[in-house]
Amino acid sequence: MKISQLNTPLKNVRGLGSAKDGTEHWWMQRVTAIALVPLVFAFVVLMIRLAGANYATAAGIVGHPVVSGVLLLLVVTAFWHLKLGLQVVIEDYVHAPASKLFLMFANTFGCWIGALICILAVLKIAFGG
Amino acid sequence: MANANRPLSPHLQVYDMLQITALMSILHRITGVVLAGGLVLVLWWLVALASGREYYEVVMGIAGSWVGRLVLFGFTWALFYHLCNGLRHLYWDAGWGFEIPSVYRSGWMVVIASAVLTVLAWICAYAFGG
Repeated sequence: MKISQLNTPLKNVRGLGSAKDGTEHWWMQRVTAIALVPLVFAFVVLMIRLAGANYATAAGIVGHPVVSGVLLLLVVTAFWHLKLGLQVVIEDYVHAPASKLFLMFANTFGCWIGALICILAVLKIAFGG
Repeated sequence: MANANRPLSPHLQVYDMLQITALMSILHRITGVVLAGGLVLVLWWLVALASGREYYEVVMGIAGSWVGRLVLFGFTWALFYHLCNGLRHLYWDAGWGFEIPSVYRSGWMVVIASAVLTVLAWICAYAFGG
């Protein structure tokens, strides 16, 4: 008997599986990956330009709206991608329920906090203060 | 649970790590985890830049030391490896390149591209940086 025959028709149509989020995790990992390709290249170009640059030059360039904007997109997308990736690593290798739960929380909290710190830093550089 | 002793991931003993396919697969995951540290360095750099001249110069002093440069060189390769192999994964996701010769060819392309991009980025940094 196929699994689909054990499910209700509504469950088959929704296709969300036991975790209730279907392909959302897998898909967003791909979406953020594709977004990160140009963002990472832009970041590398920025790092090349700023290698050995003094504070005034670095602050001036990072403070430019285009550069600040790209950096904001980069840090949000990168922490999002990191959260999804580390989650899979934890799910694959950590089997003890307590450790797993702790690391899942630490991953989620850490990535949100990391992204927030980066956003605030970029905004401070962009708007001065 | 029917069998509590069934094997759980990571079951590395079933793989031959001398195969480029297996080695590159686990390297994708390892570089991904390593890049978590890379992102923390990005965070540190942004906070330093937001903090002002004095602290930024301290951080740049650490980054510019030979140990700092070595670490950053390593992160550059991890970044390019994960990026190139990530593109390889997206290529597979599209349903392409699953024949064994193709898998090996794309694998070597990733190894070479990540090395070339890493060296190229550092040459550019020394040539155009500052």
